[in-house]
Amino acid sequence: MTFHPDHEALHGVTVVVTGASGKTYVGRYHERTERGVLLHDVGVHDPAAAAHPLAEWLRRQDRFGVKVEHRHLMLPPAEVGDVVPFLDWLAANPALPPHL
Amino acid sequence: MPYPPMLVQPMKDEVTRLGAKELTTIAEVDEVLGPAQGTALVFVNSVCGCAAGNARPALRRALEQSEAKPDVVATVFAGQDLDATHRARSYFGEDYQPSSPSFALLKDGEVVHFIHRHQIEGRTAEAVAGELVAAFGRYC
Repeated sequence: MTFHPDHEALHGVTVVVTGASGKTYVGRYHERTERGVLLHDVGVHDPAAAAHPLAEWLRRQDRFGVKVEHRHLMLPPAEVGDVVPFLDWLAANPALPPHL
Repeated sequence: MPYPPMLVQPMKDEVTRLGAKELTTIAEVDEVLGPAQGTALVFVNSVCGCAAGNARPALRRALEQSEAKPDVVATVFAGQDLDATHRARSYFGEDYQPSSPSFALLKDGEVVHFIHRHQIEGRTAEAVAGELVAAFGRYC
């Protein structure tokens, strides 16, 4: 049973969005409009402030779940780079950090 | 605000008919998870069609296919039974972020395997069931 037919294929899927700013976003894709990409329940990796490198941070989001910093986040078009399903990112990056 | 009961009842029934114990209050959660002995699978049910539509059949397949099974299979409904869901998540520990639908397999009170929503999305029920069966075999 689905409650949201007629949406994009990524609707409801947790994705990794590469930002032009250098930040990376993990969240549930809602839609893309002229205003940008709207995500729900979003975690953000900011390389300037993060405790872990990006790959390790993403692995932790996979293991423990996405640590939500924004319930809803609209990423403007200029910020949105690649949008990849999180599972696809994980499949393409199978190496585990040693501590996991 | 919780969903209308009529909306979620079929989704609850799909799980409870498998033998899962429905937990709707804090007291019920504490009664089942409080002893922290043996193995318990907690399924956090959800209305989400994308993932829960696969998670429920996955649970059914896993329970049908696996010889090893948790001592207890319990379920809470996120977005509906709010207090019970919050309480159940408190047993998962601080590291695990809220996720629905999701599966938490606990052994003696500790999470030994967790399947988050993002690990269900886009996978088939068979694939998720296979992961559950493997976890049951390893820990139950």
